[in-house]
Amino acid sequence: MAALACMLPLSSMAQKGSGSFTLTDDRGRVIVIDKAPQRIITLLPSLGEIVCELQACDRLVGVDRYSNWPERVQSLPKLGGIDDTQLEALVKLKPDLVLLARSSRVTQRLESMGIQVVALEPQNQADMRRVIQLIAGALHLPQSQERAQALWQNIQQKLDAAALRVPAKAKGMRIYFEAGSGYFAAGETSYIGETLRRLGLVNVVTPSMGAFPQVNPEFVVKANPQIIFMGERTATDLQSRPGWNRIDAIAQQRICSFTPAQSDIIVRSGPRIPDAAELMVACLRRIFPE
Amino acid sequence: MNARKAHSAKRLALQLVGLLVFVLLMGALIGSEGLAWSKIQADASLIADIRMPRTLGACLAGALLGLAGALAQGLFRNPLADPYLLGSASGASLGVAIGMVLLSQLDMSPWFMRVGITGMAFMGAWFAVALSLVLSWGVQHTLRLLLAGVVVGVVFGAIASLLLVMFPQIQGSVQSFMLGSTAYVSWAACGLMLAVLLVSWVVSVAASPLLDGLALGESTAISLGLPVKSLRWLLLAVLALCTAAAVAQTGLIAFVGLAAPHLVRARYKGTHGQSLSLSCLMGAVLLGGADLLARGLMAPLELPVGVLTAILGGGYMLFLMRGMSSKSAGSSKGRA
Repeated sequence: MAALACMLPLSSMAQKGSGSFTLTDDRGRVIVIDKAPQRIITLLPSLGEIVCELQACDRLVGVDRYSNWPERVQSLPKLGGIDDTQLEALVKLKPDLVLLARSSRVTQRLESMGIQVVALEPQNQADMRRVIQLIAGALHLPQSQERAQALWQNIQQKLDAAALRVPAKAKGMRIYFEAGSGYFAAGETSYIGETLRRLGLVNVVTPSMGAFPQVNPEFVVKANPQIIFMGERTATDLQSRPGWNRIDAIAQQRICSFTPAQSDIIVRSGPRIPDAAELMVACLRRIFPE
Repeated sequence: MNARKAHSAKRLALQLVGLLVFVLLMGALIGSEGLAWSKIQADASLIADIRMPRTLGACLAGALLGLAGALAQGLFRNPLADPYLLGSASGASLGVAIGMVLLSQLDMSPWFMRVGITGMAFMGAWFAVALSLVLSWGVQHTLRLLLAGVVVGVVFGAIASLLLVMFPQIQGSVQSFMLGSTAYVSWAACGLMLAVLLVSWVVSVAASPLLDGLALGESTAISLGLPVKSLRWLLLAVLALCTAAAVAQTGLIAFVGLAAPHLVRARYKGTHGQSLSLSCLMGAVLLGGADLLARGLMAPLELPVGVLTAILGGGYMLFLMRGMSSKSAGSSKGRA
């Protein structure tokens, strides 16, 4: 992070604050932001993380229930989730910009009260780049696009560095990533799948199956993954799943299970995807010590 | 006898109006920090923008459900009938599920935003009722209508479940819709519900002689010279309209529609015209009160209001039932 801070000359250069910033959000709504918002609320953890990584964390005045990173966010008022946002507590904070998910239930209600709302939901890495750029612009950050670009490049460099540390034996292995109990898998097109591919792993859940499909347990047995990634809690019943002991990954004990805190990092499509990649690499290095 | 009846109807109405005023007042006072007298001045805009519309909205939705419940029980001559009986609940859920799926597909969302979640719920509820009517070949046979409603409800529910499996990301939104919430009602929604309520109330009170006639049996109603078929269509349309309007704005609120007419009947037995109006008031008080508790009990956290209505309404109905059964047991013993 120190490196990033050095790369960005803060607030010293030309201020572009005079013009207004226009963007199309993920509802297809065109939104004009006239001046730099100073009291921002984010209702999706990844959006808050992006705001903070763009070094505008001090403008956040409230976040959703699940936001827990970076540390500054933990002391902010928590305003509920996507479906049960606490409207009154939110309005009391007098935000001048609310960043939220597309399916958020308060969107129309906030707009009817004249609060500026931008719905953004990064679904994959290309999306994330776009969202970072839009947020940087919406915040009227000095040299916003350079700053967004720097953050994006930093993420990419860290991902490359993580990929370099993958043990040679693990490269090209077939993997299955269970993202949720009930056989919900992270497919190759999801942001998790993109990270896995970047690490040189081959997802058994192909792009045509969708980002987070629910798969038939038999499909996994047939695909016979060599490594399985999953949360610690669902991993406990792995042995007892009928027929699954035939899977290479289980027979060879090549299972990467993540603690709830680690899963938290992995399931967020925010600027911490390199951290997620590091967690995966750390597990691979445990399985294949060199 | 008649004078006493009128008296008790008036007294019950006054009591309910009193309670309603109390609910509306408390609704302005109870906020995200629970009950706070000292902060009323500071919160003036919050009261006007958030608390008043949500309190009023809860009362209006409750009134719509109360009216719909009384209509359903009268039309089907069945004390178990509730507003969701013709499939409108699962129709609305399916509408919301489809809406959320469209919302998650980026390119569809500009089209979808014009209709909105409330629009989808409204259309879904209407579509389900219309389908039930078509499947039962009209309104003549109450039993057939009920069965068609059950079938439509089950099938639509299954389709909604299928969508949930295919698009797991919509699970949270659909579930919270099914639990019902009064937290996000706006002034515009209040206006809409008020308009629907006024029209429905006037129409159903005007058509209520049909329900009085039906209570004596279908053939009696016909021999009384009532245009049974057309009035039935009319009241079914009102029932669907009330339910769809309430469901679209607040999600599925359990039990208000079923309990409100029962609570009225426990205190007052008379013509349907009066009991329909009393059911409206009862529903408003019930849901308005549940809304107060939903935000006050665990402030700043909110409880799902549908859960509260089920617990409160269910508890009170059990209490009434105990009273009723011991009374009727006593009277039957007397007769023997």
